[in-house]
Amino acid sequence: METTVVESPVNYLNHRHTVASWLLTKDHKRIGILYLIVVSIAFTLGGIFAALIRMELTTPAGDLLSADVYNRMFTMHGITMVFFVLIPAVPAVLGNFVLPLMIGAKDVAFPKLNLLSWYIFVIGFIFTITAMILGGVDTGWTFYTPYSTQGSESNVLLTGIGVFITGFSSILTGLNFMVTIHRMRAPGMTWFRLPLLVWALYSTSLVQILGTPVIAITVGMLAMERGLHLGLFDPRLGGDPVLFQHLFWFYSHPAVYIMILPPMGVISEVIACFSRKNVFGYSFVAFSSLAIAVFGFLVWAHHLFVAGISPYSALIFSFLSFAVAIPSAVKTFNWTATLYKGAIWWKSPMIFVFGFLGLFLIGGLTGLFLASLGLDIHLTDTYFVVAHFHYIMVGGAIMGYFAGLHYWWPKMTGRMYNDTAAKCAALLIFVGFNLTFGPQFILGYLGMPRRYHVYPPEFQVLNVLSSAGASILAVGYALTAIYFIASLFVGEKAGANPWKATGLEWTTQSPPLPENFPETPIVTEGAYAYSKREMKVA
Amino acid sequence: MFSGFSLFPTQASTLAPEIDNLYLGIIAITAFFAIVVVVCVMYFAIKYRDETGEKVGAPITGSVPLELGWSLIPFFISIGIFVWASIVFFHIVRAPDQTLEVYSTGKRWMWRFQHIDGQREINELHVPVGRPVKVVFTSEDVLHDLYIPAFRVKADAVPGRYSAIWFEATKVGEYHLFCAEYCGTRHSGMIGTVFVMEPADYQAWLSGGGATAGGSLLQQGEALFTQLACVTCHLPDGSGRGPSLVGVFGSKVTLDNGNVVTADESYLRESILTSQAKTVKGYEHIMPTFQGLINEDGVAALVEFIKSMQAAGGNKVASSQ
Repeated sequence: METTVVESPVNYLNHRHTVASWLLTKDHKRIGILYLIVVSIAFTLGGIFAALIRMELTTPAGDLLSADVYNRMFTMHGITMVFFVLIPAVPAVLGNFVLPLMIGAKDVAFPKLNLLSWYIFVIGFIFTITAMILGGVDTGWTFYTPYSTQGSESNVLLTGIGVFITGFSSILTGLNFMVTIHRMRAPGMTWFRLPLLVWALYSTSLVQILGTPVIAITVGMLAMERGLHLGLFDPRLGGDPVLFQHLFWFYSHPAVYIMILPPMGVISEVIACFSRKNVFGYSFVAFSSLAIAVFGFLVWAHHLFVAGISPYSALIFSFLSFAVAIPSAVKTFNWTATLYKGAIWWKSPMIFVFGFLGLFLIGGLTGLFLASLGLDIHLTDTYFVVAHFHYIMVGGAIMGYFAGLHYWWPKMTGRMYNDTAAKCAALLIFVGFNLTFGPQFILGYLGMPRRYHVYPPEFQVLNVLSSAGASILAVGYALTAIYFIASLFVGEKAGANPWKATGLEWTTQSPPLPENFPETPIVTEGAYAYSKREMKVA
Repeated sequence: MFSGFSLFPTQASTLAPEIDNLYLGIIAITAFFAIVVVVCVMYFAIKYRDETGEKVGAPITGSVPLELGWSLIPFFISIGIFVWASIVFFHIVRAPDQTLEVYSTGKRWMWRFQHIDGQREINELHVPVGRPVKVVFTSEDVLHDLYIPAFRVKADAVPGRYSAIWFEATKVGEYHLFCAEYCGTRHSGMIGTVFVMEPADYQAWLSGGGATAGGSLLQQGEALFTQLACVTCHLPDGSGRGPSLVGVFGSKVTLDNGNVVTADESYLRESILTSQAKTVKGYEHIMPTFQGLINEDGVAALVEFIKSMQAAGGNKVASSQ
């Protein structure tokens, strides 16, 4: 593994320069970069919406934004972050870039389809942005009926079309990855030699392929109900408003696993590299991804405990929700055990992993509170839920995405960023995040409902703390953007393997050749064979 | 900014301590696991730190006993929490037999309450301390959710059906009442106050306060029952074109498709508004729908009247003929 890589002057970034060479590229690496650009724009936009929400909530009165504008802000924050950041971040950005490299392939199985996925994604994003520019949407990202079909006077249809279109991008990417993993592995790359990120992406693809069509159907039904008054969700015409919630969460709960499984895979990669060790219990970590993907389809109604479902079906969904927590706990224990007797190199990707472990732990454990029927009645629809899912989505998924971005940035760009600045950013994000969302657990138990534009004055102290945390968080994210961009101009050359990591992606030059490897690699050992390498070196 | 600041909500119902104990119990269990993991991560990260990046870790690949241990132990603890939380849940959703009932309707953006004796109030709810109260409610437009944090109860108001919450207040005072399901522009303005009163004060309020136009809910229901000609088909002895309604509330009703349903408030409501949905076995479906002919208050009054029609010794049977 420690062979010197012969640097070719040609790489995937510089072999062609025209705009067309980017917009018509079939190279998975360039497509990954294209996704990175769109996802970063969406993240900035969603962040601005979040900033406005937190500014409004520093006082109990509604003095900064009008009620309608506030409602549009949290709706558009949710839609942007869920559909255009969290779902595509790790699979479409990092997955596209590293998956073929990790399995020793020249590209994904269907490169043209991959480019099409990006265009579909961008078209969906343009529809959604257009809906925002034309006045926005105010249904909450959950689009609950009958408000979305009868009550709301905002751009529900246009946004719905945007979400509908974007879903196909997700389905096609999942399909592409699944076929790629089955068919494109290099000689010797057996299933149990695959890096754990590949297992995670495989499990995610399963959810994307099976789950995403359901949201398309649901949004389609919503559009027909709104446009043609079919009566599917209208009790006056014999429909049922709660049916929408079942359909919506049948996708949107598994979608949570689309968001968190790939970052979990990233964590396994980074933790192995910077502990210089095998991931503890490789097969348990691999199969826990599949278990989460499968069980994730069976827990949707835990969002409906107060919506009027039978108490007996609530019992079943509560039990299954506890069950789905076990594979996540297993992963956490395995990551912790991986550190034991490692040689832990405190580089910035690893600092993000430490942050992930702390935040994901809180996010996961507070999920148990909400799975508990007797507690969920009091907690659901309050800030406790808001805090819980932000710990999973931002503390877990975004922290994991950032760990991966810091880990593979030298591979993607060929440049090193400032490691000290990155460690500062990780710390700022960790502290800012906890200050933002920690107080929201207390607010939730006190009974502050979510989606409130004005609130009783006794909740102000905790809201001010939360907004203060959000400003620290914003500084952390801004710092990240600054040193990443600066690295492109002043960063020192990374070399093929700056982290001295195992894994095929590190055996080729940085940035990689257009065709990834000079010749197809042959795999002779499992992932994370750090101890073997030591014997060779010594 | 600090007025009324607290970190824990008031306990003002019999259910609240049960839910708080569950909350504190789960905090204790999860905090234990969180601390174990955080201490391990920090200890390993510092003890095995290597700033050169040159060393490698010990060749440890895994341990099946450990995997089984940290799968099964959390699993059994989860089952324990599940059972505990489910017991509490059934205390929350199962109202006691004898409750004081209040009907309510959520509508953008206010809560209307209607007491059995006919008093109506908006965004205010007066209840006596120490007596179980059941609020039966629905929505006239979109989803709402009736939430009283001090009592730790909430349920969605769904158009087209009844939901219910029950509580027994333990402390005299004024408590928040929120709409917890997003319902549009003034969602955060759809709030009100629950006034928990001493029984004597409550009685005084009943006789003094609140508009009672149209008499008690029962009287209104009885008037509607005659006015809408329900009485012509639903004869009390069962000989009419519709089934007898005497004693129907709470009974098991067999439908023409063989299903058996319990005649609760939602069933009665559905039968009045969308009678085509369910037909009682042995009867033809000839009842017209009353959708649009009566409002939610009228439905509540009718339901309350039908509930009062009990068989032997029933107080209202005679007068319904």
